[in-house]
Amino acid sequence: MSVASPLPHDAARLHVTGQARYVDDIPLPAGTLHLAFGLSGVARGRITGMDLSAVRMAPGVVMVLTADDLPFANDVSPSAHDEPLLAAGAVHYIGQPVFAVVAQSHLAARRAARLGRIDYAEEAPILTIDQAQAANSRFEDGPRIYSKGDAPAAIAAAPHRVKGRFEVGGQEHFYLEGQAALALPQEGGDMVVHSSTQHPTEIQHKVAEALGVPMHAVRVEVRRMGGGFGGKESQGNALAVACAVAASMTGRPCKMRYDRDDDMVITGKRHDFRIDYVAGFDDAGRVLGVDFVHHVRCGWAQDLSLPVADRAMLHADNAYLLENARIESHRLKTNTQSATAFRGFGGPQGMVGIERVMDHIAHHLGRDPLEVRRANYYAEAAPAAGGAGGLSAPPFTPGERPPEDISGKKKQTTPYGMEVEDFILHAMTDRLATEAGYDARRQAVAAWNAAQPVLKRGLALTPVKFGISFTLTHLNQAGALVHVYQDGSVHMNHGGTEMGQGLFQKVAQVAAARFGLDVGAVKITATDTGKVPNTSATAASSGSDLNGMAVKAACDTIRDRMAAHLAERFGNDDITFADGCVHIGQDHTLTFAQAAQSAYAARVSLSATGFYATPKVEWDRIKGQGRPFFYFAYGAALTEVVIDTLTGETRILRADLLHDAGASLNPALDIGQIEGGYVQGAGWLTMEELVWDTKGQLRTHAPSTYKIPAVSDRPAVFNVGLWEGANREDTIYRSKAVGEPPFMLGISALMAISDAVAACGPGYPALDAPATPERILAAVRRVRDGI
Amino acid sequence: MTEAFRDRIDIALTVNGEQVEARVPAGRHLVDFLRLDLGLTGAHAGCEHGVCGACTIQVDGQAVRGCLMLAAQADGAEVWTLEGLTEQGVIRDLQDAFVARNALQCGYCTPGMLASIKELLDMGGVPDRATIREHLSGNYCRCTGYEAIIDAVETVAQARAGKGAA
Repeated sequence: MSVASPLPHDAARLHVTGQARYVDDIPLPAGTLHLAFGLSGVARGRITGMDLSAVRMAPGVVMVLTADDLPFANDVSPSAHDEPLLAAGAVHYIGQPVFAVVAQSHLAARRAARLGRIDYAEEAPILTIDQAQAANSRFEDGPRIYSKGDAPAAIAAAPHRVKGRFEVGGQEHFYLEGQAALALPQEGGDMVVHSSTQHPTEIQHKVAEALGVPMHAVRVEVRRMGGGFGGKESQGNALAVACAVAASMTGRPCKMRYDRDDDMVITGKRHDFRIDYVAGFDDAGRVLGVDFVHHVRCGWAQDLSLPVADRAMLHADNAYLLENARIESHRLKTNTQSATAFRGFGGPQGMVGIERVMDHIAHHLGRDPLEVRRANYYAEAAPAAGGAGGLSAPPFTPGERPPEDISGKKKQTTPYGMEVEDFILHAMTDRLATEAGYDARRQAVAAWNAAQPVLKRGLALTPVKFGISFTLTHLNQAGALVHVYQDGSVHMNHGGTEMGQGLFQKVAQVAAARFGLDVGAVKITATDTGKVPNTSATAASSGSDLNGMAVKAACDTIRDRMAAHLAERFGNDDITFADGCVHIGQDHTLTFAQAAQSAYAARVSLSATGFYATPKVEWDRIKGQGRPFFYFAYGAALTEVVIDTLTGETRILRADLLHDAGASLNPALDIGQIEGGYVQGAGWLTMEELVWDTKGQLRTHAPSTYKIPAVSDRPAVFNVGLWEGANREDTIYRSKAVGEPPFMLGISALMAISDAVAACGPGYPALDAPATPERILAAVRRVRDGI
Repeated sequence: MTEAFRDRIDIALTVNGEQVEARVPAGRHLVDFLRLDLGLTGAHAGCEHGVCGACTIQVDGQAVRGCLMLAAQADGAEVWTLEGLTEQGVIRDLQDAFVARNALQCGYCTPGMLASIKELLDMGGVPDRATIREHLSGNYCRCTGYEAIIDAVETVAQARAGKGAA
């Protein structure tokens, strides 16, 4: 059976031979024009004049567009209509597109874009969290607050307290393929757009608005992206819309790709956070009450900041049962790039906040941080009664720690009122700690640190509990279109996009399994708004959950029709699809192709759509109550690091990961997601540093100054395991979403560094992120001074 | 434009074993020449200033950043891209190992990664994992976490050494 097989990525052979085609590789029709944006040079102000004559006169320039030249909507925002394609009067950050150059070549457009003269009446920009707080510059009328119990009273009554402030930096996506789009004008004003986007429907929607045409006049196609990570959920809108407008006005194909510097200066990144916390706890480190204040730097436009900040609040508990919790979230508007979706979508920031609290509590009590974490875990889920709904946890073995039976007790809920029914981290933590030798290595690290004056080691095991579903409930839907041709070959299409994660292969495996075919019989096709409409972004880790189910529904419709036809033809309704054949009772076997031919000849439709809507989810984001998630995905990571206390340098020596992908649809692809997620998460918290100067200029606008993990930065020893256990909920073949959750395994790297720094003296490291050599050095000094 | 200050250069080189003659703008980067003029889109433009390695190709036997070399500088050179290496079958084992070990996800870095690895493997011997890491430290991959890439390289190097010894 194709499902659960560790098959390679569907395009692997194309990639290793250089044949895989990205937007920038599509052969261009003769006469194609190229676009580049002229960018704002100031962070905040009004445009008082623009002299674009030199731009217009530059070699190869065909047309220059400003906001006044746009025929219809000047908006590329995902929802709030606050993000003009080209600045209209005011500018809000350095790098904001002000005009667009349309030229005969990419280079000609870029060169000309530098020649614009823009005069501004500058205003003092709001850049930092402090400045935004002082100016009350924010989205929404005030902070969102979710709470459970009475946190202030519980904290006040607790025997111990810690409080602190934790600065958590943002992160550049650094998808290897930059943003790109190609618009091809068609007859009658129609437009075809190739876009490197996670959200073809939104591109279609925004292009239609910009051209003043119905959505049916725009078709968007996406075969693949060279990485997305959330950075292509909304950030591709500007290029696609600009190309479509220019193509419409000139009648010629128009293409745009950002060069790397433009990409980093123009597009949004992960939200940076300031997290203020106070926690009250008992002698064992059990949290009695905790209060978080999230200060979220959202940048100049709303983009997806509200759901990102919500998701941070929804992960402020991570794996811990908090009876008294209060989370207050301020969404601050600043004159910087509009922060956007990035793998985890706020979840990592919320989660690293409580992990910091656990680390701080353990330090305060002189306890092992893992012991404190475990003391606060949600209770382990009991096996589901009668097997209904499947099991998340493996069968309980007598003699081991019994899973706490929570039946008949008060339900354990998150701070937003969702019952946690599928918790498996006790068992996962046991296994990881045992297999990776936590206790022995804890002692070895202590012995090393006692003997070594300069190099200090640190160890941390941190859990992940990540909620799966879009918190905007209506997005939890997907469609598919499947055809079976008369030769028995299958054409599969769905609304999900491929950015390297292996979605297409996983879903093809589902289709093949439904028909009893080899996966090679299923043709994977580009995402196309003309085939499947009204799709959600491929985001929130939901790709295979949603599209797998939609494709399954479509396949089953066709299979049922074929079966009904064959049952009638052979007078036997015992029909099975397996091994490339259709078996009718004991006596008849047709190849799948013969079966398809038979159905075709009998005038049976061999094409079907499929649709899926995630059950059980309901959520009130204002009250902060409900069930925003269908289920949780779990993971745990143990990281060992060494720091050099003279230079602040750090190395990850070893990482052991154990991750829950449910009954994996494809273990090879899932392990790839887990390894990559960990490295990216560790990169966020240890080396990837975004720096803006006092004028609001992003100084880290290329890989020469912004450092992502290279192969030499990954752990020297890297062990990755999949937890074996089916999803308790009825997902596609009981698998679990795997795109985002492993990113947060990287939190263990930061906590291991904190552990190493703590070995330098009596103080608490209070390490901000990313833990760059500078921050580590400063923390070592603080710890030695016992602050 | 006088001959002394001409902004177009005539070049003759071999690309993937074939003679190519062209008149190129003096500032044309080699990767743009390959991609735009010859239609060889295997090597990708990533950062375009020599850090990410997505545009790595082979010039006179060495792995070279296609974005840091001008087409004009390739006059007389022997250039190989992934398309040509594939046709020659010289890295077939490496390509198979990448597929088998799932050493790619989005694939954008893969052609450059393979060019850098070819240079390492051509040096002969069986590089240890630290050497592989060091050699590939100029090729970014944002997706995989690199583990599978190192595994694939190690497997191929060991297999080649085994074959040589046999």
